Amino acid sequence: MSAHTTEKLVYMANQIARHVTHDPDPVSMIADHIHAFWSPRMKADVFAVLDGPEGAALDPVARAALDRLAAHAS
Amino acid sequence: MDSERETYRPQPDFGTPPSPAERAGAASVTVIIDGREVSVAPGTTVMRAAALSGGSIPKLCATDSVKQFGSCRLCLVEIDGMRGTPASCTTLVSEGMKVHTQTKKLEKLRRGVMELYISDHPLDCLTCSANNDCELQDQAAAVGLRDVRYGYEGANNLAQPMDISNPYFDFDPSKCIVCSRCVRACDEVQGTLALTIESRGFDSKVSAGLTSDSFLSSECVSCGACVQACPTATLQEKAVKEIGKPERAVVTTCAYCGVGCTFRAETRGEDVVRMVPWKDGKANRGHSCVKGRFAWGYAQHQERILSPMIRSSIDEPWQEVSWEEAIAHTASELKRISAKYGRNALGGITSSRCTNEETFLVQKLIRAGFGTNNVDTCARVCHSPTGYGLKTTFGTSAGTQDFDSVEDSDVILVIGANPTDGHPVFASRMKRRLRQGAKLIVIDPRRTDLVRSPHISADYHLPLRPGTNVAVLTALAHVIVTEGLADEAFVRERCDWEEYRHWAEFVSLDRNSPEFLEPVTGVPAADLRGAARLFATGGNGAIYYGLGVTEHSQGSSTVMAIANLAMATGNIGRRGVGVNPLRGQNNVQGACDMGSFPHELSGYRHVSDAGARALFEAEWGVRIDPEPGLRIPNMLDAATDGLFKAIYIQGEDILQSDPDTKHVAAGLAAMECVIVQDLFLNETANYAHVFLPGSTFLEKNGTFTNAERRIQPVRKVMEPKNGYEDWQITQLLAQAMGLDWAYTHPREIMDEIARLTPTFAGVSFARLDAEGSLQWPVNEAAPDGSPIMHIDGFVRGKGKFVVTDYVPTDERTGPRFPLLLTTGRILSQYNVGAQTRRTANVVWHEEDLLEIHPTDAENRGIKSGDWVRLASRSGETTLRATVTDRVAPGVVYTTFHHPATQANVVTTDYSDWATNCPEYKVTAVQITPSNGPTDWQEEYEAQAARSRRIKGHEGAMEPAE
Ligand code: SF4
Ligand code: SF4
Ligand code: SF4
Ligand code: FES
Repeated sequence: MSAHTTEKLVYMANQIARHVTHDPDPVSMIADHIHAFWSPRMKADVFAVLDGPEGAALDPVARAALDRLAAHAS
Repeated sequence: MDSERETYRPQPDFGTPPSPAERAGAASVTVIIDGREVSVAPGTTVMRAAALSGGSIPKLCATDSVKQFGSCRLCLVEIDGMRGTPASCTTLVSEGMKVHTQTKKLEKLRRGVMELYISDHPLDCLTCSANNDCELQDQAAAVGLRDVRYGYEGANNLAQPMDISNPYFDFDPSKCIVCSRCVRACDEVQGTLALTIESRGFDSKVSAGLTSDSFLSSECVSCGACVQACPTATLQEKAVKEIGKPERAVVTTCAYCGVGCTFRAETRGEDVVRMVPWKDGKANRGHSCVKGRFAWGYAQHQERILSPMIRSSIDEPWQEVSWEEAIAHTASELKRISAKYGRNALGGITSSRCTNEETFLVQKLIRAGFGTNNVDTCARVCHSPTGYGLKTTFGTSAGTQDFDSVEDSDVILVIGANPTDGHPVFASRMKRRLRQGAKLIVIDPRRTDLVRSPHISADYHLPLRPGTNVAVLTALAHVIVTEGLADEAFVRERCDWEEYRHWAEFVSLDRNSPEFLEPVTGVPAADLRGAARLFATGGNGAIYYGLGVTEHSQGSSTVMAIANLAMATGNIGRRGVGVNPLRGQNNVQGACDMGSFPHELSGYRHVSDAGARALFEAEWGVRIDPEPGLRIPNMLDAATDGLFKAIYIQGEDILQSDPDTKHVAAGLAAMECVIVQDLFLNETANYAHVFLPGSTFLEKNGTFTNAERRIQPVRKVMEPKNGYEDWQITQLLAQAMGLDWAYTHPREIMDEIARLTPTFAGVSFARLDAEGSLQWPVNEAAPDGSPIMHIDGFVRGKGKFVVTDYVPTDERTGPRFPLLLTTGRILSQYNVGAQTRRTANVVWHEEDLLEIHPTDAENRGIKSGDWVRLASRSGETTLRATVTDRVAPGVVYTTFHHPATQANVVTTDYSDWATNCPEYKVTAVQITPSNGPTDWQEEYEAQAARSRRIKGHEGAMEPAE
């Protein structure tokens, strides 16, 4: 997995987070969005870096959403 | 298909346009014409009443596309109880009126009129190209003219020079009878007001503006409305002169833009003579633009590829092969790659230019044959935020109105769209409404033509900084809510009140006021307040938007902000209002409807929806993956990572149309099998291993769906020069991969679509033939389709207000890249221009130009016509500059129709947060003087030329661009 792609996935998750700050439940909103629109491989790739250095760049709300999805997936 | 092809006859002409009452379907006045009792709508002219009941009154200056003028005096009639002989084209019917259209007295008067016309008209009928298709000739015969008493000597207007400057039609003033039909057509139908009648009386003549002007150098946009209106050979298509009078006519649909004009393709033998807009077409009502009417010559262009070709590497020249070999080779490659790398290493792209049936088959091949949901479409790069935004707020991924609706609008808000260039025929209809007095608000960084044009001036033009759409829309909402202008009764009844309150509270915050946001948006607060008040209080408010809304990192938010505004002002659910995306390509709507997205089956049902999947699984006999597949940018990412290996691309040029050209090129170069199905060796084909020649819209049957959700038939006018319609090629490939497809006609594909898609349940080719067109949803609840949506309630139930906060894009200007680039299109060219560049339309647009404000140009020592270097963080290109104050200081603008410019080398890979629609409309750039093309452009040209070589054609074949 190239760093370029996972970096981009982290960027995408953060970008979603920045656009749903006014949602009553942003964590669910982000989790639902990623669940509905990302391919399984994109999800797996981003889950794989959650605990690594790239994952550190995640916005806390985006991270909460991804953690929830990852827990579901495993 | 021969049953659909009629012998050529001109379309009936009822002399004057239908009255408003007739269009509303009323018939209540009874008159007696030559003893026949006739019932017509109030406001109908005597001429029209006669024509509607099968009669025909001689006429010259009247035609039903324009308002009557009453100048030729040929249409005189006698009416009991009325003195004299009134003109039937200007006299309205009244109850019980008795009209006589053929009497001795009238005959004599009409012959006298005719004689005057003929004495000043060349009598070369036999050799005239309009012979047998000329109204003057027909009417002379109708009035029984045999002899001209005045003689042909003496002063006349014969032998004047022709104006042949327009590439598609000629103007021969000697044949002009000064009926002014052309002038009225240009004024009323097109709205360009390019023509005038110069001087008066005997010397009067038609002119395209200044006396020195030719048609080409005038304001004329070459729509052809005047040519269609001209009763003589004065204004006539060059093709009629070259090929002759048409023999047959087939009604079909334009394949260029999302307006979806319907045409009669008039043919002689295997040649198209001309495309004449169909008067009964509900999208265009008898009008067209230069592309649809004239720019169809690309089908015959010498660069069109007609034989399949393969090669094992993109460094090799192409090898022409038979269809059998090409299909067998492609299928075996796909099977090999699937076996080696897994089914998810395969994918495909459907086309917004192909028919619904073709698109449906491509996604079926990918989902059922390849066994993956890796299917996407180029709508991704234009209108995916529309789908997301409108589905979230209203419940359907489509515009809410039909085009006729604009006739009832009082305030028209156009944001991020340039309809006079992008959607010209709809723009003409909108301009007609504006000339009648509707108010106009334009939100666009650039002063588009709509802002100031003859007899139209926008009440407000808000020239915002690119990238601040959401801020401007939120500020509009702020004014409407805080000044108490919202339609709370509508909101309470139709929307979720709690969500509205949450939203209203947010927009009312001080930081969303026009004054606070002015430094961000660049829009004067007073203008913004004025525009908000006008929209909220001016009557029926309609919003039209285009790619300037969607192609942003906040594209989806902007669409939702537009929906919020429409709901808050109660502008949804009836004629004259609504939210209307102006779709780019002809079948963008259809491609989206047909399940082209990786997460959606046809009719916008998510692949995780077990019920929907079960329907498809039962019909197709395969398992559908419940997880979404890859989108285009993700396919390319996966390819660079070595995980995505084969792609089937029908009718799209992703290398030219997608952002960040280098990224696309790298992705394609990393694949083992790139299959391109298209008319020409497009830019993407430089990276292809298989080229399957496609067919044009003139060579196939099927349907397109326009921006109004209107499904319209496409009918075969000629046999495909490449041997197959595109859906047949997809079927051959499917069969070679082991699928048991056996469609014999696209109507069977549509039947399958109707079985599987609830919103299409009532659609079939038989119904389309009978109705002309249908607007989805067509189902039990709406058996005749749905011109206007959300009438009694939103599709999702309650309308949903979504808070849309302005989040600046990550693409920022700075010292190195101080200017903002935004992109657009122009009238005569279409999208990436593959078709239009291969027609005479190039006379209007030879190259892409960079628009730059005088101040910015002066600071850099740039003059109009200079080569400049356009550089961004992603890359650079060169093009010529044009200095203009249409753009604000700090903003530059260009189009992307020509591959040599490669404007997308410059755009970044930022994209919409929800849909990843690329952010084409905002790029931070620097402009500097330059001497000519960049290294990348030259390298690219060389690589393109190399990769287009075909074995056996070396030397004979020029590089395609
Ligand atoms: S050019 Fe044709 S339409 Fe125009 S005034 Fe002359 S005859 Fe009439
Ligand atoms: S072609 Fe269209 S724009 Fe040009 S003069 Fe005729 S009606 Fe006007
Ligand atoms: S407006 Fe669009 S659909 Fe109509 S003729 Fe022009 S390109 Fe074709
Ligand atoms: S047709 Fe009525 S006056 Fe010319």
